Amino acid sequence: MTDRARLLPGTLDLLILKAVSLGPLHGYGILLRIGQISRKALLIEQGALYPALFRLVRQGLLKPSWGTSENNRRAKFYELTAAGRKRLREEADGWNRLAAAIAVALGARPEQI
Amino acid sequence: MRPLAWLRSVASALFHRSRVETEMDEELRSHIRSRADDLERTGLPRAEAERRARVEFGGVERFKEECREATGARAVEELAQDVRFGFRMLRKSPAFTAIAILILAVGIGANTALFSVVNGVLLNPLPFPHPDRLVAIYGTTPGVSAGPVSYLNFLDWQRETRAFSSLAIYRNQDYNYLATGAARRLSGYQISAGFFSTLGVRPVLGRAFTAADDRIGAAPVVILSGGFWQRQFGSSPGILGKSLNLNGASYTVVGVIPSTFTFYGQHHDVYTPIGQWTDSSFRDRRVDVSAHAIGRLKPGVTLAQAQADMEDVAHSLAVTYPMADNHSGVKLIAMKEDIVGGVRPFLVVLLASVGFLLLIACANVANLLLARSLGRAREFGVRVALGAGHMRVVRQLLTESFLLAGFGGALGLLLAYLGTRAALDLVPGTLPRARHISLDSHVLLFTLGISIVSGILFGLAPSLRASRANPQGILKESGRGSSGERHRLQGTFVALEVALAVVLLVGAGLMVRTLAALLRVSPGYNPDRAITFDLSLPDAAKATPAETRARLRLFDAKMRQVPGVEAVSVTLGSRPMIHDSSLPFWIEGQPKPANLQDMHQALFYLVEAGFEKAMGVKLLRGRFITAADNERGPVVIDIDTVFARTYFPHENPVGKYVNLAGFNVKAKIVGVVDHVRQWGPGPDPESAIEAQFDYPFMQLPDKLMPLAADAVAVVLRTRGDPTRVMASVRRAMAQIDPREVVYDVQTMNEVLADSYAARRFTMILLGVFAALALLLSCVGIYGVISCTVGRGTHEIGLRMALGAQRADVMRLVLGQGARMVLLGLAVGVVAALGLTRLMAGELFGVTPHDPATFAAVAFLLSLVALLACYIPARRATRVDPVVALRHE
Repeated sequence: MTDRARLLPGTLDLLILKAVSLGPLHGYGILLRIGQISRKALLIEQGALYPALFRLVRQGLLKPSWGTSENNRRAKFYELTAAGRKRLREEADGWNRLAAAIAVALGARPEQI
Repeated sequence: MRPLAWLRSVASALFHRSRVETEMDEELRSHIRSRADDLERTGLPRAEAERRARVEFGGVERFKEECREATGARAVEELAQDVRFGFRMLRKSPAFTAIAILILAVGIGANTALFSVVNGVLLNPLPFPHPDRLVAIYGTTPGVSAGPVSYLNFLDWQRETRAFSSLAIYRNQDYNYLATGAARRLSGYQISAGFFSTLGVRPVLGRAFTAADDRIGAAPVVILSGGFWQRQFGSSPGILGKSLNLNGASYTVVGVIPSTFTFYGQHHDVYTPIGQWTDSSFRDRRVDVSAHAIGRLKPGVTLAQAQADMEDVAHSLAVTYPMADNHSGVKLIAMKEDIVGGVRPFLVVLLASVGFLLLIACANVANLLLARSLGRAREFGVRVALGAGHMRVVRQLLTESFLLAGFGGALGLLLAYLGTRAALDLVPGTLPRARHISLDSHVLLFTLGISIVSGILFGLAPSLRASRANPQGILKESGRGSSGERHRLQGTFVALEVALAVVLLVGAGLMVRTLAALLRVSPGYNPDRAITFDLSLPDAAKATPAETRARLRLFDAKMRQVPGVEAVSVTLGSRPMIHDSSLPFWIEGQPKPANLQDMHQALFYLVEAGFEKAMGVKLLRGRFITAADNERGPVVIDIDTVFARTYFPHENPVGKYVNLAGFNVKAKIVGVVDHVRQWGPGPDPESAIEAQFDYPFMQLPDKLMPLAADAVAVVLRTRGDPTRVMASVRRAMAQIDPREVVYDVQTMNEVLADSYAARRFTMILLGVFAALALLLSCVGIYGVISCTVGRGTHEIGLRMALGAQRADVMRLVLGQGARMVLLGLAVGVVAALGLTRLMAGELFGVTPHDPATFAAVAFLLSLVALLACYIPARRATRVDPVVALRHE
């Protein structure tokens, strides 16, 4: 467990949006999907997912609806709204720019200065 | 954030709360089960899988709480919870709640009451359209900064002004109204045609005056006030065209104005056109007939522009009429300022004082809350230990404070409603525009505002302190808390209360000293058992001077026969605090000034021989006017000490001569009397005419006698209660002529009291506020000392067990109180030294830094504070060391 990266603040929302953008999911499914797409490199406390989901619903980025899970359990599914899609695009761009900039900065060697 | 999504989220959270909760439960349960399913698939037994799933998930309740917060409904929900809990806490300690609400109600009520007065009198606009354009126009002459206006000048102003859309002139003119045999006195105004249109008032019936009515020779017409119309004619619309007998002439009613109409706070019964007045002095630029002018500015014209415009006009008049208008000017004052300007300073002083009272009330309630938070320290400790954030505790306590403030405000509103009416009934006529005082929406908003502010003021410090509680310490200390800090805070509040009380007490003390000084001032006459009234005579216009004199002599004789009447004098001209009349003069032997403006002016009192005794004036030199000083004898006068000092500084004035320009006579000075405080015992108005003389009534020149024929004033000195004698006076009058009317009856003491009514009003209110402040401060001191003694029982017991004497304990406790009180006194005295300057204008005979007042206040406060400390301190000395040590 300790070799997994802890989430930077604010990145959970981005990951949730990304996970849901690939298809409607319930909470546990989102958790699995994030694990899958991050190749199990990211650590998310399971319970912490839900306040974030509620927040995203309140912001109108996610739309919840009740359905049946693959295990035949009643579950609440989340899908991206138009606003959510837009937000995902913006946040992803921002994150990529930041990540690239940090990578360049960290890759700097003494002779480059 | 999408407002709609948010709203929906909050709404569903609030209105479908149980559904949201069940769904949340179900969602989380579903998650845990799914996880358990997966774990089971890896080979774990079902029970173990479910346990593991729950552990992995983390604290369900914590995440649920975070979810609730995320829906946005938590804040509202918590508020409802806080309010419910707050109610429960307040109900649990009814005594505390009742005292706190009562203290707040007094503070908020007093503020609301006074604000409703300030709002009605100072803030609300005059009840006319575009009231900010209305201006009072005064004439100025050397020595008179805001005087009456002569009619001919007014007509010229009206023609030449460019700043005003309309001007109007008016003067008081009362009438004897003769209906069905009995005569009644009606109050009235003579007005120019544009009077009502300038104010923007339309008649409810008929029409206003036109230029055709407003000239000599036009048919006599009258406009009735709504009130008179209602009282006398039952609001009959048939009144138009009917005629009224006023002063023996017949006037046709052409209009009725609304009953709500007041002008400078006064209702008048009838209005007649001023232009019809034939009095010769009326159309003389040099003569003052007490006419005043008003105007309505053109849109966009400022007061300063209008002032400049009118100065141009006055200047051109001075060039055209050098004899009359050489030094005459014009002064404009915004009408509202003219009406309420005089009461603004003392209302501001009162508003500031009542604000202090509210601060004291808040400090007191804050202390109560602090004392109570001691008992609740454990409660807060437990809450913080269970995970309540500091802000959460602060919010809970502030909610309780707001509840207290809300109840206090509601009760205060009720107190204000009752108190304002009581106060205004107590001192009628003190305030202009008193009719406009009511609890309107502004006042309600004000009350709401100060309630909220007080809630924050008294709630914040205690709740911040409680929220900082260290749960471990509190729980370990079994609810003792860090008492040192709390004591410091309480001590600070008490010191603050004492300081504010000092300021209020000093203010009240200075007003008491002012009133005492005013009462000590000799008015120059003896007001006790003196009574004055106005008397109007029927059919007076036709009376010859000889007939008028004969009638007044008959009246004198009749009055002297009335039992209880000691002395009587008919009088005209000036009367102390009722009317001012002055005459230009020059001393015989000095060169005659070229025109009237360059002459000296003196107030004159037309009197009879009985005046000396009736008014009680003091003769200092020579003799007073006698009955022999009549129309056949040489003209004589008595001058006052100021006249003598000013114009005969180094010689005996008796036997000297004075030329009276207006009367066109040379009068011989026969005596010197004491100076009369014409404008009351307080300071005289700026540029007031101080010199005075008494002139024999019967020697009034014949051409002026018609003025006396219409109406005269009377002064009586009675043996017993002057108001009781008036019944006999009226009976005697009826025997002379039933049509004679007595009106405006006032004892001279009432007249005097009216002159300092505003100061008395200030003194009474400041006194009440100061007394309340003192009481609240003592409650505060008592509460804190009691609390200290209660908390320190253990320590005191220990000290006594170790050999401390009762006196030592007493000294210890009193010393603690003394520190707070002395600190408060020091701060209060410094604050008072700065603040009392603001009320310097209200003071008389005492400086704002009067050492005696400050010393008395300091002494009184120390004494009362000592007493408030002494009671709990005595309890401390009774502590039985054995019991105290076993305590806790």
